[in-house]
Amino acid sequence: GVSKPCVHSLSTLLDTPTLSVHLVDVKSETTAHLLLHSLCWSSSSCKVLLHFVNQSGMKTSVSAMEGESLLEVVINKNLQIDGFGACEGTLACSTCHLIFEDGVYEKMEPMADEEMDMLDLAYGLTKLSRLGCQVTVERWMDGMTVRVPQEVKDRREKPEAEI
Amino acid sequence: LQVVMQLFLTVCWLLPYSLATCGLFSRRLSSASGPGPKVCIVGGGPAGFYTAQHLLKARDDMVVDVYERLPVPFGLVRFGVAPDHPEVKNVINTFTQTAQHERCYFYGNVNVGTDVSVEELRKAYHAVVLSYGAEANRSMRVSGEGLAGVFSARDFVGWYNGLPSNKELQPHLNCETVVILGQGNVALDVARILLSPLDLLKKTDITQHALDTLAASRVRRVLIVGRRGPLQIACTIKEVREMINLPDTAADMLPADFESISEALKDLPRPRKRLTELMMKTVKTESGQHKANKSWGFRFLRSPLEVLPGPDGKRVAGIRLAVNKLEGSGEDAKAVPTGQTEDLECGMVISSIGYKSLPIDPCVPFDPRSAIVPNNMGRVKDTAGLYCSGWVKRGPTGVIATTMNDSFDTARMLLKDMDSGMLNLSVNKPGGQEITALLKERGVRAVSFPEWEKINLEEVRRGTAVGKPREKFLDVKDMLAVAWS
Ligand SMILES: Cc1cc2nc3c(=O)[nH]c(=O)nc-3n(C[C@H](O)[C@H](O)[C@H](O)COP(=O)(O)OP(=O)(O)OC[C@H]3O[C@@H](n4cnc5c(N)ncnc54)[C@H](O)[C@@H]3O)c2cc1C
Ligand SMILES: NC(=O)c1ccc[n+]([C@@H]2O[C@H](COP(=O)([O-])OP(=O)(O)OC[C@H]3O[C@@H](n4cnc5c(N)ncnc54)[C@H](OP(=O)(O)O)[C@@H]3O)[C@@H](O)[C@H]2O)c1
Repeated sequence: GVSKPCVHSLSTLLDTPTLSVHLVDVKSETTAHLLLHSLCWSSSSCKVLLHFVNQSGMKTSVSAMEGESLLEVVINKNLQIDGFGACEGTLACSTCHLIFEDGVYEKMEPMADEEMDMLDLAYGLTKLSRLGCQVTVERWMDGMTVRVPQEVKDRREKPEAEI
Repeated sequence: LQVVMQLFLTVCWLLPYSLATCGLFSRRLSSASGPGPKVCIVGGGPAGFYTAQHLLKARDDMVVDVYERLPVPFGLVRFGVAPDHPEVKNVINTFTQTAQHERCYFYGNVNVGTDVSVEELRKAYHAVVLSYGAEANRSMRVSGEGLAGVFSARDFVGWYNGLPSNKELQPHLNCETVVILGQGNVALDVARILLSPLDLLKKTDITQHALDTLAASRVRRVLIVGRRGPLQIACTIKEVREMINLPDTAADMLPADFESISEALKDLPRPRKRLTELMMKTVKTESGQHKANKSWGFRFLRSPLEVLPGPDGKRVAGIRLAVNKLEGSGEDAKAVPTGQTEDLECGMVISSIGYKSLPIDPCVPFDPRSAIVPNNMGRVKDTAGLYCSGWVKRGPTGVIATTMNDSFDTARMLLKDMDSGMLNLSVNKPGGQEITALLKERGVRAVSFPEWEKINLEEVRRGTAVGKPREKFLDVKDMLAVAWS
């Protein structure tokens, strides 16, 4: 049946009190898709549905504006990704590192040397890595999933004696 | 309807906050002895602020106080990061948000270990996090290190960035050749500042006295000397690219240094491979071209043996280097002396072989060999309730993002200990109230965050007058005068 998209409120960003972001429940993705596409008719720039998987593996879906950078999407939608975008999109760090799907990665605009220079310092660098501040949302990206590199799970505690 | 309700609730939520930030409500929550957990952070650099940020976000009953030795916050972001890298300093915006948080309080001008002991802080708070960085430097341990014209990169950087303790450094840049020892990013920062056109530096927040000295500089050649080879170089590609792109400055490399490494290239991980390829490309395109007025270059497989004095016996005139060969390969290759030596003529030596942490208080464990506070994932060894983050935890390497991740790790560990009961939260702690009283008794007056903001405004005002983003105060006295005006 047609279920209404659920509204989630995210926990507070640092000192900004809850600005509720209306996210679409993962289960009702298809419905959301339909809703988003109908939005395209009324607004000049198109909304694009994106799925983010955060450090702990949790998936969140948001509707982004065509032309926004992925860093802007994360900030504007108040996605809870710790420490994301420390240099505020000026290509001076690698904290907005994102991992893309095979097939999507190849279709993106090629990387500038400057982006690769910073990306080379990123944790968990993969062949499908980009910096979120350098990737612009385009219509064809509708439905894509991007991943934040997972927290390293196997950095286990050393027993006291080993210090 | 749901949406409308949500909006209404959000507004209700926001209201008291915006009023509080307008200053209508007192923000001195840290001094109120509420029942929540109270954490104290020693050091207001990236490690301190990122640890605070994570703690504040994780629990809405947590109060976090940050104690900083200087009247001004942000540690090496203010006093380390090069003036021509303003983008890097954007992290200050996030730190400022943290400091302005309802449950965070900043106490500048408080020297922990002198004005208040770590033991006293541990009594007043449920937990103490040491994030006091690395305020000394490794020494070359060679003779001649005390000659005039020999500096540590830490002091040199502190001088051009306005660190109060380095304001009297007065390096004379009246020589042609400068030798920098060490090939990390700090070495490249120093080289770049020495060779950059003045017109570029003028528009940065570099201190005026440094600008004046650089305007009179005769330095035309900077050699950056490493003990190992091109494949072990510690700096990163962005910084090498900046060197290559310096106007009117040629790269002066020795092609022989790169001859034997091309076959190793294909097996390298991407970052190392790209860095090496960039250097090799530079050797090809630049060697033999010396039209530029200034030059810089890497010299490899050389360790300092002795700084050589000139005829007066007081000033540096050169450096004697041991010629090394590599044992092993890759990142872990070791430099071994061959027995040969080589002398380089130069009028200034800057040693950039790393920073170093110092012990803060006799009651805090310190490992003199690795110069860090010994810890297990941020828990200080044998000392319940004491934690560490940043350079004092890991040693003096890593960019701000590295420091951020390791600070989040420490915060997670602390939160876990609160949840598990390892940290006893059932007793109320007086927190900042008790420490403020102690400091008052001792005649120490702290600088609050709004007081720092007064200093900030004044620095920006002074900068605007001369076309710079800010003109820093060099004197603690002057900072305090503005803070308390
Ligand atoms: C020259 C230089 C340039 C750099 N440039 C960059 C760059 O461009 N990009 C990048 O990503 N990283 C850069 N880094 C690395 C970055 O600065 C570090 O990763 C980071 O600053 C480490 O943070 P920290 O908080 O551990 O130490 P610090 O930044 O040193 O902060 C420690 C703070 O503790 C305070 N403190 C010390 N003792 C006491 C005491 N007894 N009581 C109270 N407070 C005390 C200090 O005053 C200081 O504010 C640079 C480092 C250096 C040295
Ligand atoms: N723009 C930036 O992003 C930026 C700018 C500045 C600093 N930083 C970061 O801050 C950290 C500190 O930088 P750093 O340059 O001080 O440290 P670093 O990167 O660790 O470099 C230290 C250099 O000194 C050499 N060295 C150490 N001990 C020596 C000895 N006894 N004799 C001779 N050489 C010796 C090292 O050689 P070996 O490799 O052989 O040990 C290395 O070349 C780094 O992580 C750096 O990336 C970043």
